[in-house]
Amino acid sequence: MLLYALRRLIYLVPVAFGVSLLVFALVHLAPGDPISAIVPPDAPQEVVDKLKEYYGFDKPLPIQYLRWLAVTLTGDFGTSIGTGRPVATEVASAFGNTIILAISATLLAFTLAVILGTAAAYAKSRIVDRLVTLISLMGVSVPHFWLAIVLVIIFSVELGALPPMGIGPENSTGWRLDGPHLAHMVLPTIALSVIPLGVVTRTVRSTIKEILNMEFVTTLQAKGMRDGQILRHVLKNAAPTCLAVMGLQAGNLIGGSILIETVFAWPGTGFLLNSAIFRRDLPILQGTTLVLAFFFMLLNLTVDIIQTMVDPRIKRN
Amino acid sequence: MFKRLGVAVVGIGLFAAAAVPAFAQGTLRIGMTAADIPLTTGQPDQGFEGYRFAGYTIYDALVNWDLSKADAIADIKPGLATEWSAVEGEPTKWIFKLRQGVKFHDGTDFDADVVVWNLEKILNDKSPQFDPKQAAQARGRVPTLVGWKAVDKYTVELTTRVVNALFPYDMSYIFYSSPTNWEKQGKDWVKVALQPVGTGPFKVDRVVPRERLELSRFDGYWDKTRVPKLDKVLLFPMPEAATRTAALLAGQVDWIEVPAPDAIPRLKQGGMAIVTNKYPHNWAYQPSMVEGSPWTDIRVRKAANLAIDRAGLAKLLGGLMIEAKGAVYPGHPWFGSPSFDIKYDPEAAKKLLAEAGYGPNKKPKIKIAISTSGSGQMLPLPMNEYVQENLNAVGFDTSFEVMEWNALVTFGFQPVTGEASTKAGTNGINISRATVDPYSAFMRLYHSDYVPPKGANWGILKDPKLDELINKAHTSFDRAAQTKALADVHTYIVDQSYWVYIAHDLNPRAMSPKVTGFVQAQSWFQDLTPIVMK
Repeated sequence: MLLYALRRLIYLVPVAFGVSLLVFALVHLAPGDPISAIVPPDAPQEVVDKLKEYYGFDKPLPIQYLRWLAVTLTGDFGTSIGTGRPVATEVASAFGNTIILAISATLLAFTLAVILGTAAAYAKSRIVDRLVTLISLMGVSVPHFWLAIVLVIIFSVELGALPPMGIGPENSTGWRLDGPHLAHMVLPTIALSVIPLGVVTRTVRSTIKEILNMEFVTTLQAKGMRDGQILRHVLKNAAPTCLAVMGLQAGNLIGGSILIETVFAWPGTGFLLNSAIFRRDLPILQGTTLVLAFFFMLLNLTVDIIQTMVDPRIKRN
Repeated sequence: MFKRLGVAVVGIGLFAAAAVPAFAQGTLRIGMTAADIPLTTGQPDQGFEGYRFAGYTIYDALVNWDLSKADAIADIKPGLATEWSAVEGEPTKWIFKLRQGVKFHDGTDFDADVVVWNLEKILNDKSPQFDPKQAAQARGRVPTLVGWKAVDKYTVELTTRVVNALFPYDMSYIFYSSPTNWEKQGKDWVKVALQPVGTGPFKVDRVVPRERLELSRFDGYWDKTRVPKLDKVLLFPMPEAATRTAALLAGQVDWIEVPAPDAIPRLKQGGMAIVTNKYPHNWAYQPSMVEGSPWTDIRVRKAANLAIDRAGLAKLLGGLMIEAKGAVYPGHPWFGSPSFDIKYDPEAAKKLLAEAGYGPNKKPKIKIAISTSGSGQMLPLPMNEYVQENLNAVGFDTSFEVMEWNALVTFGFQPVTGEASTKAGTNGINISRATVDPYSAFMRLYHSDYVPPKGANWGILKDPKLDELINKAHTSFDRAAQTKALADVHTYIVDQSYWVYIAHDLNPRAMSPKVTGFVQAQSWFQDLTPIVMK
């Protein structure tokens, strides 16, 4: 197992270089000039040229990439051209805020998905199964930014029950575990959880349904095993498939949602990326995308390892 | 079941009670359109919204804007300088007399050395305090300033490259930050941004990047008539219009910038006030004037100006625009007396096109570079589609090169003959312009010396008579003569139909009935000092 994990970690290195190249290329392929976004429209050319030189945008792209790679390898990531603040600090604070939201949305979505998916698979009544299928279908189909706006209209504007935006009350800084801050999390958490809820519910339902038709379940029933004990075996067998899907969904959530974070003005990585896109803040765009890509890679690796641990039948050579 | 539901509702209620803290009287909370806090170090970014909320609040310029009136265009007035004049016989030299007794928020004095230090900060890249970020924002605002020196403790001498009678307007964009604070923050502008110090009516309590900017009243402000009545102002970045609307309706903010036109009925229904006023904004098509362009024929330009049903466009925008009759609106001191009346007259437009040799089989082809969104662009897609229908109805063949806002700004950095426009085949551009001061209203857009990258004469308009008229305005030191010269410029450009003038925005903002005392000036900037929260 240890060897396997080590080998996978080593494989990450060339993938990471590939990702860094891709991130850099994509960001630079987009139309628009990073300097034009930070100067007034009629700024003199001499100012634009000076700034290009200052930020190194006057160099050929391969040189720019190598210089960026060199500072990135030291964990520096450079400086935001929009704010002048270090990219590492910007990404770290935004990432922390996104993680908070991602964890709450993951907990909500996965808990509900496992309960609903299992209930639908076990349901004798077709109504329960159809209801759960409908919920999961809506989760996948309903645009989450639209749902976010609807939630805000109902719970913030009409009922005045929950705050519509921000990470916390006006007189606080950052996130804390207390009532006011939790209240700010409710709507973005619900909005963010609908897609993973839909996807994971469908996966859990279909996987469990398939396993319930397997011979070993009939054997367990014939042996007189109680339903609760059978469920444990079923869940264990369903785990690898469900975990793989959950891993991907968790990765998406941790990646942050530009739309949800913008609708709720939640200062996470999505909000940071939105601001960086509008400002053509290439160092922030590159730094954030790279960190998110690395995190996704690590998460996939973790899920793979957990899958192997949960199901020893999976041999990874 | 119902018991559990009841517990849930009570739970949500408790959350809500905890989420809306009680505020002291006099705290104004504003939802900005910016996605981040504008730069707070002195020269703000994020366009004029940055100047509005992180410029004239925290800082002063030598020349400030009079934002106290709603019924007249905002003009300049003494700020940190009490008076200024060009030196007799040496019109490129200006003497600015500084206001005495002005203190920064950190208690240090404002004087001539501070002015020199701040100008070095943006114009001398060899100076230790040089800040490229502030330089980027400021240099284009003072294109003629080349020299500066302290004459005595309260007098500075500024030198311009050419005679520029309108130089005081330029100086209204340059703010003065505390050199002592820069030293205290380790000579690091990034640290200064978190704890900035200016001389303005509001001081900065806290800057939380991407979350909020907290300002509070500066009791020691030098202009006692403008000491804020508010205790605090909190500014939140909310780039999404729906978020701003919801935040206002839910009582999380008291004021939002630029509500979406379709949200206005709902805001009014929720008891919110929609405040509008005209201001120097120009939404128009800037045509190509190079050989081969159909726009070089005045009859085509006039036809386009007469083809547009601006009243219909205003209806589309829920009334949030003024029908344009020129680069500035009627009643503006620079409007003048054009003989060509820009109005909706499709029959006259068709006649002009026919006179110019166009017809159903030979339509003037126009292709305009437009954006999907952007600062000051209003609602560019539906507006442009509406104009396209109008133009095609009289015989134009109109198409668009659609791009994202930042791409359009970059596109505008090259003239029409540049690679970008040539490749796209465009012969017009739709970038809304702020016509705040004479330089930004006329010189940079219409003078033949100001073709990009030097200025924004994108279409390469070359008219010696117009150049002369603009030069005259920039060399008239008498205010009345200056205004008359600018009115002559405007009269001429309308009579020549040099652009297709379409709309002026009405600068809408929505606010809670608790906000009182606000006077919406005819300006991109606004004064928050008279506001009282009920």
